[in-house]
Amino acid sequence: MSKSDLTRRGVMKAGAAGLAVPTIFTAGSAAAYTNEPTGGSVTLGFNVPQTGPYADEGNDELLAQQLAVEHLNGEGDGGCLNTFTSKALQGNGILGKKVEFVTGDTQTKSDAARASAKSMIEKDGAVMINGGSSSGVAIAVQGLCQEAGVIFMAGLTHSNDTTGKDKKANGFRHFFNGYMSGAALAPVLEKEYGKDRRAYHLTADYTWGWTQQESIAAATEATGWETVNNVLTPLASTDFSSYIAPVLNSGADVLVLNHYGGNMVNSLTNAIQFGLLDKEVNGKDFKIVVPLYSELMAAGAGENIKGVFGSMNWNWQLQDDGTKAFVKSFGEKYGKPPSNSAQTCYAQTLLYADACERAGTFNPCGVVEALEGFEFDGLGNGPTLYRAEDHQCFKDVLVVKGAENPTNAYDTLEIVEITPRAQVEYAPDHPMFAGGDLGSCNPGA
Amino acid sequence: MDAFIIQILNGLDKGSAYALIALGLTLIFGTLGVVNFAHGALFMIGAFCAVFLQQVLSISTVAIDETQKDFLGNPLKVETPYVENWFGPELGGAIIDWSVPLALIFAIPVMIAVGFIMERGLIKHFYKRPHADQILVTFGLAIVLQEVIKYFYGANPIPTPAPDVFKGSFDFGSLLGFDPNVIIYPYWRMVYFGFSMVIIAGIFAFLQFTTFGMVVRAGMVDRETVSMLGINIDKRFTMMFGIAAAVAGLAGVMYTPINPPNYHMGMDFLVLSFVVVVVGGMGSLPGAVLAGFLLGILESFASTTWATTTIPGINQIIIYLVAIIVLLTRPRGLMGRKGVMED
Repeated sequence: MSKSDLTRRGVMKAGAAGLAVPTIFTAGSAAAYTNEPTGGSVTLGFNVPQTGPYADEGNDELLAQQLAVEHLNGEGDGGCLNTFTSKALQGNGILGKKVEFVTGDTQTKSDAARASAKSMIEKDGAVMINGGSSSGVAIAVQGLCQEAGVIFMAGLTHSNDTTGKDKKANGFRHFFNGYMSGAALAPVLEKEYGKDRRAYHLTADYTWGWTQQESIAAATEATGWETVNNVLTPLASTDFSSYIAPVLNSGADVLVLNHYGGNMVNSLTNAIQFGLLDKEVNGKDFKIVVPLYSELMAAGAGENIKGVFGSMNWNWQLQDDGTKAFVKSFGEKYGKPPSNSAQTCYAQTLLYADACERAGTFNPCGVVEALEGFEFDGLGNGPTLYRAEDHQCFKDVLVVKGAENPTNAYDTLEIVEITPRAQVEYAPDHPMFAGGDLGSCNPGA
Repeated sequence: MDAFIIQILNGLDKGSAYALIALGLTLIFGTLGVVNFAHGALFMIGAFCAVFLQQVLSISTVAIDETQKDFLGNPLKVETPYVENWFGPELGGAIIDWSVPLALIFAIPVMIAVGFIMERGLIKHFYKRPHADQILVTFGLAIVLQEVIKYFYGANPIPTPAPDVFKGSFDFGSLLGFDPNVIIYPYWRMVYFGFSMVIIAGIFAFLQFTTFGMVVRAGMVDRETVSMLGINIDKRFTMMFGIAAAVAGLAGVMYTPINPPNYHMGMDFLVLSFVVVVVGGMGSLPGAVLAGFLLGILESFASTTWATTTIPGINQIIIYLVAIIVLLTRPRGLMGRKGVMED
């Protein structure tokens, strides 16, 4: 009599385990990797905020992503394909397959963003997810893509954690981060406002705010500034008067607003209303700093941003060939200059496509290998490195300030300095980025 | 002491907005018996009346200036507002500068019309339906209205500044013998507080000293008896809906310089305003005003560094905490009447 290992309890356990495994891990098991394209086309997933308070920024990202798809398929004027130093892309899609795309709505909520990314991967067969406008969302979606076995090309995410403690092998960030903002801004602030300054921080209470505040405080303290206080403000805050009123009385002479989006618009507007910039403290003119700027949000703050310093990943006013090509393509198609979140999504889409071409496959592990340590130029940010150790791009950072005399609706920010890449580099094991593990690439399937 | 005064002042303008919205909510609830979740949307529409007027006043003629270039390197289109062409740069500029106060005049008929259409077109069909149905339909309406505004104006906040003369802040501290800059308060927030006081006083005077107001008050107490006396109370209540909409709209217009308006601003105020109404006492107008200022000031105190370090997160929950305490100790709210929502 043969002995079977099967027991009723064992079968139940196995069944339950099988049910518990998301379909994302079981679908397409015959393929070499998740969503291996088999027809004449390949599908990219653009996951951006289409509703909610960041919808305009998401829409700008989507316009840039659509433009990138056009250029990849050989339509339009080719944009940065003409200036990109890698010449692998020929304008005939990716690996000869026509590029198609689906879109998802992150709503700037982690759970909604994961759900829309999951849907694009499972239902639409997306091989890559790109976009987004929040670090909380980016980290959530990056984790999902790692589990699912697809590549995540992050959009606007500025928290150190995205390529720090939450880094993943399948995730790549072109955008800069809080540490880089601090490293670029601090010397300019020291030059403009002096060494002897006392800073008061208002910080959005989530991953991005925390890491940016830590970075800016460390960088400014290294130049001699003192951090008087750091007050965490709830992300849902709309009126910051209660937080701003005590600032002058604290002995601080600089207010650092670690806020983004609607928070930034409102806190800056409130600070201007309180007349902080007209005051004198410790014998010095009071100053406000907004470490992370976005053109769209700058427009929302109106003339309140005049002369206020901050940093950016990229700006349409740069004069390099890559920027000119992208601004021309985008401007002629949509009648406005692109934002820096649009540029990062455009660049990320081209970088992914180029990596597939160079790797000769859509297999995430091949793409990861092609992107790690990849040096390139011609996409608008100058010579850039995709560092292998943490999948963070290293490139020049822009220090900007609110335009004093804007000549048109788009002339909200002026470039003060292009901080060279060497000044914003850091070791992969830097304490602000410690605690994570890149792991190994996951091809899924 | 200085921190205490600062937070009282801060609470006043926030409380003003809560009080004005809650006043409108209570008027509608007290007269029509409808729980109007679209009231925040009326506040938002009022704010966008200011945005609309600012944009209308800024409609410009376009001249090509060959000496300047736009972002694509083409000759720059220089825009000059028609208002400046018609009235000269100084007067024209002043009209644009004062667009927010001017929007009050524009917003009153618009908001009354919006309120009238809302009430006659949709809400009147729900008078005899359960409160849950009213909440669902008005909440749905609020979402529709904000999406309509988003369609036309986008999701980004739109800067709508106060007139130049109100920029900056007043140094209360110097007045009270403190050092300079210790207690400062923005001029526009003072205007907002004063404005809300005038509106609140106006509403109370209207209800107290006019025949119309007397009938409405009688209707709020006993609708059936007033109807039996041959008075068309429904017509008056519809007009009260229009007035409540106008109050919310005017509160929205004047709020635009405090925070640049976006399509979502109504929702930000709505939930808190309902808490204000409940704390004040359902159907009580003085209760709504009192609770509005009380909760505004308490919220300000809860946002101080001292409060947030002593009890982390207190700024997020203070209003709800107070609501729980008030409802436990005074189930009808601070000034609630017996019989309201108790049948």
